[in-house]
Amino acid sequence: MNRQITRVAVISMALLAALIVGTTYWQAWAAPGLADRQDNSIQRVAEFQIDRGRILAADGKTVFADNVKRKADGKDLYFRRYPQHGLAAHIVGYSTAVRSRAGLEASENDFLTGSNTNLSTVLDTTLDKLKGATIKGNDLHLTLRPGAQRVALNALGGKCGAAVAIEPKTGRVLVAASSPTYDPNLIEGNYNEASRQKFGCSPLFNRAAAGLYTPGSTFKVVTASAALDSGKFTPDSTFYDPGYCEEYGQRVNNYDTSSPFGTVTLAQAMQNSINSVFCNIGKALGGRRLVDKMKRFGFYSVPPLETPVNERAISGLYNSRGKLVTDESKIDPGRTAFGQGPNTAEPKLTPLQMAMVSAAIANGGVVMKPYVVEKVVGPDGSEVTKTQPDALGRAVSPNHAAEIARMMESVVQGGTGTAAQIPGIRVAGKTGTAESGVQGTNTTSFMSFAPADNPRVAVAVILERQSGTGGTTAAPIAKQIMEALIR
Amino acid sequence: MFALSYRNRELANLFVVAILTGLGFASVYIARQDVISTGSLSYALFFFGLYLTAHVVARLTVPQADPYLLPMAALLTAFGVTEIYRLEPDNAFRQGMWIVIGVAAFSATLLLLRHDYRRLESYKYLFGLAAIGLLMLPALPVIGRPVNGARLWVEAGGVRFQPGELAKIMLIVFLAGYLREKREVLAQGRLKDFGPLLFIWGAAMLVIVETNDLGSALLYFGIFLGMLYVATGKAWFVAAGAALFVAGAAVVYQLIPRVEERVSVWVDPWAHAQTSGYQIIQALYSISNGGFGGTGFGKGTFENTGGGELIPYLHTDFIFAALGQELGLVGAAALLLVFMLFCLRGFRIALLAQDGFSKLLAVGLTFGFALQTFIIVGGVLRLIPLTGITLPFVSYGGSSVVANFILLAGLLLLSHRANSVSQIAMEGRP
Repeated sequence: MNRQITRVAVISMALLAALIVGTTYWQAWAAPGLADRQDNSIQRVAEFQIDRGRILAADGKTVFADNVKRKADGKDLYFRRYPQHGLAAHIVGYSTAVRSRAGLEASENDFLTGSNTNLSTVLDTTLDKLKGATIKGNDLHLTLRPGAQRVALNALGGKCGAAVAIEPKTGRVLVAASSPTYDPNLIEGNYNEASRQKFGCSPLFNRAAAGLYTPGSTFKVVTASAALDSGKFTPDSTFYDPGYCEEYGQRVNNYDTSSPFGTVTLAQAMQNSINSVFCNIGKALGGRRLVDKMKRFGFYSVPPLETPVNERAISGLYNSRGKLVTDESKIDPGRTAFGQGPNTAEPKLTPLQMAMVSAAIANGGVVMKPYVVEKVVGPDGSEVTKTQPDALGRAVSPNHAAEIARMMESVVQGGTGTAAQIPGIRVAGKTGTAESGVQGTNTTSFMSFAPADNPRVAVAVILERQSGTGGTTAAPIAKQIMEALIR
Repeated sequence: MFALSYRNRELANLFVVAILTGLGFASVYIARQDVISTGSLSYALFFFGLYLTAHVVARLTVPQADPYLLPMAALLTAFGVTEIYRLEPDNAFRQGMWIVIGVAAFSATLLLLRHDYRRLESYKYLFGLAAIGLLMLPALPVIGRPVNGARLWVEAGGVRFQPGELAKIMLIVFLAGYLREKREVLAQGRLKDFGPLLFIWGAAMLVIVETNDLGSALLYFGIFLGMLYVATGKAWFVAAGAALFVAGAAVVYQLIPRVEERVSVWVDPWAHAQTSGYQIIQALYSISNGGFGGTGFGKGTFENTGGGELIPYLHTDFIFAALGQELGLVGAAALLLVFMLFCLRGFRIALLAQDGFSKLLAVGLTFGFALQTFIIVGGVLRLIPLTGITLPFVSYGGSSVVANFILLAGLLLLSHRANSVSQIAMEGRP
């Protein structure tokens, strides 16, 4: 029988050896793949064992996000806390166990958890792992100014809309406020409360970077840039305004069609926001030139920012199915020129894109890449990365940018944007009112920068469902934000 | 030449195990001192005392028995009880009680059969019938307790028991006796000689279908085929038997939805991630999270951030998933190597044994041990469809612990006899 016994023994050993092979497969070969799976609850718990980096405002003191340590099952678990509640919720986002992540908490997760591949961080976390110590993430220092951010949110209070402020020379995003806002502390425990509509709008949506709005006359800054750069027009080019403009045999009226301006220059048309003049400029330039200029300002591509790409929208001409349009035959250049459009190609832009346009004019025509993360700092205080200002490209020639800046200054001095005047400071701006034809449903906007002689801040404000104009609704908000940032 | 006697070698090995157990409990204590009390080290001491008792009984009754089996069993129970302690200290206390009962059963078996276990052979049919009787218990109305769809449990006076574990050993005793007696005629392959065998087998299968547990069916059938092969030397018996089993399994697959579910979960667990596949997926995540070196005793993750358990039945059927995470590939492979060594010692006993009954009994007990390990760990590792049986000596579970201690006693008795007889033969003394 011994021969059979030996064989049974060999088979038994083979079976048990197969178990060792199986274990090796799962623990060595398949382990990385399994660790990456979304439903791997052990990895989810492991993420909470990391002392996640804090998120701080530009002052280095205001804490947007930090951790509360709690013991569970013998482990230290770090749960997120947002001391500033809704102040910068749409940029900071949230990190929870049940709702995954949003905002910088999602897109900068690697830095915050110390799993980025910068050498110093890799050394730190590897040492922590070997010592069995808690892994500490890196802190994010943002460019947001908490005081101005609060001013912006308060000014937007009760309205649906957004305000963005950019430092024109660098692209630093100083303010990014979206209203209504939400308290990220509630996402985990009381999602219904956090996401409940306020004044008819969803609070979780980041209107500043993902909200697409019809600009109305603020778009005339883009048209003017195209007009001057084309060489066909100067600020002194004269036009006759009958109070309307002929488009495909139909009249397109001015905002107030009852009192035509008669013969005006381009500069005067900008100051008083005369649609018929820009309509004729648009027709003379054609759709392709307008689209090309839009692209120079950053339209038609996802605006650069550190937040998740699905939380940023592309500005451009949109058809009624929500698709971007570049086909010239679909574009109505006359109406596009003053920021309106047929539903085959309606201009739509985000407050962020509008601020980029304003900042480009303020910066002598060069669009800077907007950024909100100033630097990443390791747990020992050493700098892991620092964002260097970077140009996206030139949108307008320097001379023409200066000419447009002067026109925008006149808008605030004695045109449609006088509500944005700040005593002792030269302010440049442009109003916009996109009418839907129904009372109380205008989209109003205002873009501006100040001081006009040495711009330190460029602002865009867009409001939903307003009954006033950009000059009466959005301009006062922009003024408060500029004051908060300059003074 | 200085040579340690068998029992002194056993004692030395037990000291090593005691140190390892102490280290295991200490690391659990260090990792979880804010969750558990300081009493943890007393567990290790208590544990060592228990095995010292077993060792003394072995010294008195089976001095020539293999010196590695008891320490390896001790090591496996130490792995298990440490992990159970880490998961649920209350269960570790209960498991400790079961180990006490197990050691008592071990000692009783040794004392009862110390003169000659071979008289068991004359009661083989009694063992066969008793095994079937035990297997039927959970299907009875009043005392039977279905757990998770399988009728494997008996509850009486507040104590739960899985009679299948004991029935397994009784079945092996029966098969060893019966096959020893009939091996020549069986080897001729005449169908009528298979009658009683097929009857016992058929009855056992019916009971298993009734209790709804495919893992045990696979185990019993595998033991049967293995022993039949050793007794007759006919490989085609095994082939025919395996074919029979596959055919039977195919029928069962059609008839019992639970079995069909198990198989489809095995093929693609992620298709059932939220339902029947949840457990195996979590087990695989747990094992893979261990990686090469493991998280260390007490540092694994078995609860979500809200404190809910991630893997159901972790301390019983899925204990390997817990050990895999905390000990890593190094520890899991070491654990499996201990199982391999245990089986090698068992097969060595079978080779050394002088008579057919002893050989068959040793093969049956050892192969059953190996197969049970393969079925549960293979199920957890998704090598085969998952079935709920215990990992010998490691899993939480009273009946399993007691039965395996009796199995261990059996192997020691067999070994003692084999070694004594061969020594007498070598030295030429009566």
